[in-house]
This record gives sequence, C-alpha cells and structure tokens, in this order.
Amino acid sequence: MTTQHVQMTINGQPYAADIEPRLLLVHFIREVANLTGTHIGCDTTSCGACTVLVNGVPAKSCTLFAVQMDGAAISTVEGLEQNGALHPVQEGFFEEHGLQCGFCTPGMMMTAVAFLAQNPNPTDDEIRRAISGNLCRCTGYVNIVKSIQYAAKKQREAQTAPAAPAEPAEAIR
Amino acid sequence: MTSEAPIIRGMGHSVKRKEDPRFLRGKGHYIDDFKLPGMLYMDIVRSPYAHARIVNIDASKALALPGVLAVITGKDLDAAGLAWMPTLMSDKQMVLPVDRVVYQSQEVAAVIATERYIAADAITLVEVEYEPLPPVMDPHKATDPDAPLVRPDRDAKTNHIWHWEAGDAARTDEVFQNAEVVVKQDLYIPRIHVCSIETCGCIASYDKIDGKLTVYMTTQAPHAIRTVFSLVSGIPEHKIRIISPDIGGGFGGKVPVYPGYVIATVASLQTGLPVKWIEDRSENLQADSFARDYHISAELAAKKDGTMQALRVKTLADHGAFDAAANPSKFPAGLFSIITGSYDLQAAHVEVDGVYTNKPSGGVAYRCSFRVTEAVHTIERLVDTLALALSLDPADVRMKNFIPPEAFPYKSPTGWEYDSGNYPAALQKAMAKIDYAGLRREQAEKRARGELMGIGISTFTEIVGAGPSHTFDILGIKMFDSCEIRVHPTGSAIVRIGVQTQGQGHETTFAQIVAEELGLPVENITVEHGDTDTAPYGLGTYASRSTPTAGAATAVAARKIRDKAKKIAGHLLEVSPDDLEWQDHKFQVKGAPGRSVTMKDIAFAAYTNFPQDVEAGLEAVDYYDPPNLTFPFGAYICVVDIDRGTGMVKIRRFVAVDDCGNIINPMIVDGQIHGGLTMGMAPALLEAITYDEYGNIQQSNLMDYLLPTAMETPVWETDKTVTPSPHHPLGAKGVGESATVGAPPAIANAVVDALSHLGVTHLDIPITPWKVYQILEAHGAAEA
Ligand code: FES
Ligand code: FES
Repeated sequence: MTTQHVQMTINGQPYAADIEPRLLLVHFIREVANLTGTHIGCDTTSCGACTVLVNGVPAKSCTLFAVQMDGAAISTVEGLEQNGALHPVQEGFFEEHGLQCGFCTPGMMMTAVAFLAQNPNPTDDEIRRAISGNLCRCTGYVNIVKSIQYAAKKQREAQTAPAAPAEPAEAIR
Repeated sequence: MTSEAPIIRGMGHSVKRKEDPRFLRGKGHYIDDFKLPGMLYMDIVRSPYAHARIVNIDASKALALPGVLAVITGKDLDAAGLAWMPTLMSDKQMVLPVDRVVYQSQEVAAVIATERYIAADAITLVEVEYEPLPPVMDPHKATDPDAPLVRPDRDAKTNHIWHWEAGDAARTDEVFQNAEVVVKQDLYIPRIHVCSIETCGCIASYDKIDGKLTVYMTTQAPHAIRTVFSLVSGIPEHKIRIISPDIGGGFGGKVPVYPGYVIATVASLQTGLPVKWIEDRSENLQADSFARDYHISAELAAKKDGTMQALRVKTLADHGAFDAAANPSKFPAGLFSIITGSYDLQAAHVEVDGVYTNKPSGGVAYRCSFRVTEAVHTIERLVDTLALALSLDPADVRMKNFIPPEAFPYKSPTGWEYDSGNYPAALQKAMAKIDYAGLRREQAEKRARGELMGIGISTFTEIVGAGPSHTFDILGIKMFDSCEIRVHPTGSAIVRIGVQTQGQGHETTFAQIVAEELGLPVENITVEHGDTDTAPYGLGTYASRSTPTAGAATAVAARKIRDKAKKIAGHLLEVSPDDLEWQDHKFQVKGAPGRSVTMKDIAFAAYTNFPQDVEAGLEAVDYYDPPNLTFPFGAYICVVDIDRGTGMVKIRRFVAVDDCGNIINPMIVDGQIHGGLTMGMAPALLEAITYDEYGNIQQSNLMDYLLPTAMETPVWETDKTVTPSPHHPLGAKGVGESATVGAPPAIANAVVDALSHLGVTHLDIPITPWKVYQILEAHGAAEA
C-alpha cells in the first residue's frame, strides 16, 4: 500500500499524516483527526451531511480525497464555538429549534456559516436555495430557515454595534 | 415553614432542548462515531439478482487479501443454526442465504477485516456463482398457478401469506345494495423508504472473559432486540446489553432486525473483538425494509345528498420476500381498519391479502403508525371522489359526515373505540385561517383564465399509542411502556424510560413531565434511555407511542413519588398528610397557604429526616398499560398551482390544524408537525421505489430517490385545537406521525381539484411533473 504525506489545518490545528491516496477527506476528518461531528449520509454527494469549509468555501468532504487538501485550511462544526461562545448560527439553531435528530445539523450549519459570510442579509428564499444541497429528514426546513435568519440578524447587529453581544434567552449549556 | 414555589417549566412550555448542546457542537454519539479498541470492520457482499440459486461461493481471493480475517457465508451460519432468524410477524427471514437469494441486494456473505477500506476491497473479491431464476415482481401475478415460488422453505407452497379482514361483510353488502350512489376508486400507495439521513449500523462487542455481549445499534426498540437476541442465540439475557446511542433519524426504518446486526454479532462472538458494520446509503435504500406498497380497491356507498353510508375495501399487500413488517402480532395489516376515518358510517368491511414477491421486506413504517397512512389516503380520496361525483363541495361533504363531537367515545364499524374528537372545530379553524371561500372564488376566476389552481382537504383521524396489552403485543411481549424516577437528596432527579428518542426530544419532554408532576425545575432533571442495562423494559419508540405509553408511565411514576412525598411533607409540617394539598408545585396546609414545603425540601428529608413508618428514599417505577389507544386528528388544507408548461405542482399554501390533546412542549410539537408534513409531501410528489421486470431497483441512491430539499418544501402554517385524551394521565396523544399520515391526501386532492374540470377524478401518488404533463397534453391544456 503506497502512502502519501499530507498536512492541513483543521479548525486552526495542524494535522499531518501518511495516508492512502484514496482516503476520503471525510474519513480523514473523522478517523485520523477524530472529529466525528462531520457526518456521512450518502454515497452520491447528495445529502450534505459531510459539508465542511475548505479555505472558507463549503465542500462535501465525502467527495474529496484528503491528499487533495495538502496545505488547506479546513473548518468543521467543532471549530464554530470560539472561546466558549457559540457561533451565532449554532445559537440560531438552538433558539429556533432548527434540529431534531441532529445528524444533518453540522453540515447544514457549515453551509449556513459560509452563506452568511457572502450574504449577510438574505431573504428566506435565498436561504432555501443556499441549503438546497443539504438534506434534512426531520425538521421540514421551516425552522432551519428561521435559525439562519436568527444568526444573520445577530451577526448584523454585532457589525453595527460591536459592544458586548446579547446573551441568548436561555443559557446553552 | 414556608417555601417559594420554584420555576419549573413543566407542561406547555417551549423549553429549549436539552439534547441540542451536544449536537450543535458536533459532539453527538452516533453509531459510526464509536471506536472500540481492536475494532474490526464488516462489509457485505450482496446479490445482483432478485431471484437466483447460489451455485458456489469462493472466498479464497478475498481471504488472501492482507487484513482480511474472515468471510462468513450462509453455510457457516447454518452450522451454528443461525442462517435464519424470526421476524416480528411470525415469519422467518434469512440472515445469510444457504442456497438461494430472494431479492436484489440481499446479503450473501460478509467480510471481516482490520480496516473499513480493506473490507470494502475484499467484498469485490468474493466470487459468487449464481443461477438466475425467474423473479416474482408483480404482486397481482404472485398467486398465479404458474408463478415461481418465492419461499420454497415454507410448508405452504404458495406466495399467498395471509388473509385478514375487519368489519361486517354482510351488513356492508346490504347497505351497498340499497345505496343511491356508489363511488369506486382503485389506489396504489407506492413502496417508499424512510431514508433517515443516518443509515443503519452496529458495533457488536463480545467479551469472551465475562461472556457478555454488548451491541451498540441503531435501533428504535433496544429491549425487544435484547430479548430476541437472547432467544435466538441462547446467550442469557442478563449477558446481553443493547445500547441505542444517538440516532440520526428512525421513522420506523430502525425497528426491524437487519441481517447485518446478526452477522456482526456472530463475527464478534467468533473473534472476541468488536465488529463494526455501517451501511452505505445505497445498501440502506436497496435492502432495508420498505413501507406501504398497498394496492387498494375501495368503494363508498352514499345517499344523493352526500351522506356517507358504507365502505368496502379490498387490498393486495406486497410484503416482499419475508413478512418482516413491524406490526403488533395480531395485526398483519397493522391498524388499516381505522379506514372509516373521521366519518360516521353505518357499516364497513376491509380485506387485505399479503403476498410474497422477490423484493426486500416491506411493511415497516414510514413515519406512520401501522398502515394508518394507507387507510387515511383511501378514505380521504374517496370523500373527494364522492363530492366530485355529486358536484358537492368537499368541505361540505366532510362537515355533513363527521362523527359529531357529542358521539365520543365512538365505536367505529371496524371495532375501534375513538377516545375523543372534535372534527368540525378543526376543519372550521383551518378553513378560516386559509380563507377557504376566498380561495374558491380565486380558483373560479383563474380557471376562467385557463390557470390551474387546486384546493385539497384532508380531515384525518390517527390511531396511536399501542397499546392495551389485551390486544397488542410484539412476539408475545405486551406493548406496555415504562419509567423509573429517582429523586436525589438535593432535589434533582434522574428519569429512565423504556422508549428511545431518534430526534423527538425525549430528553426534554420527559423531563418536563416530571418537572410538572414533582415541582422540580426542568433543568434539574436528567433523562436517560436506550441502554438496556439501565433503562426499564420498554417496547421502544415508533407509531407515535412514546407520549401515550411511556409518557403516561412517567406521569404515573411521578405521582407515586408525590404520594410518598405527601407523607414526608406531613411529617415536616407536623400535620396529617390528609390536611395537605398540592398547589403551585408544592405541598401546603389546606387553608394555610403560608405553611408549605417544596419537593426539594421533601427530597432532602427523604434521606435525612423521614417519618418512622416510611421507607427512606424517593423513587418509583411504573409499567403503564394504556386502557385504549389515543386518537389524534387534524384538518389540513393545501393550495396548489400547476405549471402548464412543465406539469410541476407547487404547494402555495398548506395550513395544518392538529389536535394532539394536551401539549407538553409546543415548540417540539410544531417541529414534529413540520417534519411530518414534509415526509407527507415526499411520497405525494416525489418519492417511490420501483423495480423493473428483472427485479432491479430503480431508485438505489439519493440521485434517483428524491428526498425533499428546502426548495420544494413550502412554509408550513400550523395551528391547533386541543381535545384532551380522556384516559391518558396527561390528556396527551401522540403527534409524531399525524402530519405524515394527513398530508398526502390533502396534496393529492388539491391536484385532482385543479384538474377536475378536465375530467380527472384521481391520480396515484407520487404526482410527478411528468404524470401531470401527460394529462395536460392529452387534454390540450399543456403550454407549448
Ligand atoms: S455524505 Fe452525502 S454529500 Fe457527502
Ligand atoms: S435534524 Fe435529523 S436530518 Fe436534520
């Protein structure tokens, strides 16, 4: 078995390994880096459960080889929380009941994070289009759209008033 | 002494979910997230044929691959008596075949290897020689004299499995003979797949030293699995532990025992090492159990004024190669006899015949309590067929025929006793919310302009919460459910339940029940489930039964604790317990509200200062056997616009008024309804599993099997009426599946309504753009 050396950062942490060239990025993240928040829901690049950010751009990590990521900066759900504060998108999903079984949620949130960076003031229809590559079988999407709107609003408010962010209504322990 | 009532946030509060913090951080524990020391991986060789004889299996090349430890075949299992296993429906099912395969993608052999990728490589090296046999694909031809036999292993040399009926045939025929109007409709409710975003899988881990088998498994019913595993394997039940971790969606697809679970267990028993098996999506879609697949022929007898009188239904049920449906034992066709729905009929007769075909097992749920969806679709389509035939408004026909609110408890012609209902109120609310009269005016104007718009109604009755033990069991185990509560000295509590969440939020709602009943703050209550070593015995979560059964057990267990707490409270307040009342979530002296104690005070006393005649501690267990099922209902109205250029149906508005009795957590109930509506829309417009004549599945992955995305899914508008269940301790009913059951006919009725002026009286689901476009073209109504 030939191996190839690869190095990348995931959520800012460096990872290096000698791996089979065929190792999928999602398996690298889950089984080499042991970050199991990124999920697998299909084998045809259809569900988006595996969505991560590659240099800030959403990508389905089930359809990339880890060796293609040499030198890349990967972001996963585990990197959203910063200094003990949840990302506005995480907070939105909590407040608006944007998840049920939680299996699609990490991929859905990564897509939302990248989308809001591009479009900080979206319409509901724009959100629906943005998440149309992420399948959720539980929620019926209505509350996911609300969750992303919640995050968009919170981020816009933080932009205009960079003072202390408002506490969520209920502590998310 | 006096105590402030705590803020408890019990029944009726939209408490944010306790399970979310871990899911939001990517710290859930789903099956594929577990890694045990020394863990091996299993992958499965599957049949390319729907029906074939296995001539030979040559595993030598696979075994030669470094990292491959074993290849397990049916012959190996047969030697251990494990080539077959019982199904939940008194049939048996192959774990691995010894000499023949009976559906495409059936498990043929399993490879055990040190790594996931090596196992995947090795399955391509297992050489299987097949001799193809003609398959039975059309259930209508399954009982032809020259049909090939799907199951020669059975004594009965026929593909007919069983005949089942309910209601009164003679009385029904009599009403039909004298009827002024009879409408008839054939319906096909296609085969569909629940397709939870997490597939199925397990890690079987046998510890050879203490002889204990632990299986982490994506199962909705861990205790039942433990009992079945013990019975089949001979391992004593106390040496088996089933752990159902976080589950990425269930919807019924994770109730059955799939062969992969059993093979991985055998592999672990043999190796003494943990063995992980995780399905691919394509394996999940091709081989796991399916839902629906009912070919229905229904007739409704009525008077000319629209009064519905009797219903006669014949059904052919395609069960695939094994009758592995997940129904209560006495109900081979589930609760299909709820088919008279929300209407007061004089008589009904329902027949179902199950047949074998060369397809994977059918008859599991798709977010539906035991065939209720098929029943509701039939009656709700027929009501519209009748209205159309008599040129009556479908809302008027429904109002005319509803079981009146004062008639509850209502005995249905097929033998059910509906516990409660108020159907006119729900329909009126939905009609007002959507402005039904305004929509009908708009439709008339649009129709005059050649535009296609339709309005569809569904006023369904559900039957959930199996169930009373005199009628409901699975493999003989009665369908009670359970709860155990322990209150700790400092006033917090742990609650363990016999049901298992797959996203429904049990960790939150069951804590709310206990908070309400005991007056403890919801944040001080932990709910555990899914581990058979710690949870009390229960039958699991499916068929919307958690709240009706385990929810009731939780309330009753908490009330047992409260009874004991009252004695301790009397001791603390130095009064007779009879002089106390439970008010504002604390015990207070009658007539002296200033003298009170909270449950927190009592909990401490239960361990430090309890009366002589009372045992220490504060805990209780309840096994709840419901006296009846609960009957949630709803009124749904759907508005569609149809694109004449493409045949595409767009849901413009969808109003759902649901009644699930008293509500524990409105936020969660709303979420359940949103999800259920989406899984109702899916088979109505998008999803179906079909096979070609050779038995090849046509939708074997998510590129061909279309789950709704956010683009097709409309903005669901929800509302409620509240008719408490008279027999449930909390007045609650199940809700998880109401919307999946109620939505499809509302959508189908709306499309038929949009096309009725072209002479269309029925469309089978899924109503795809192509299906609609062909109709438009045939009537010259398509846009070039
Ligand atoms: S796992 Fe489904 S898109 Fe990657
Ligand atoms: S929350 Fe279960 S799939 Fe989205």
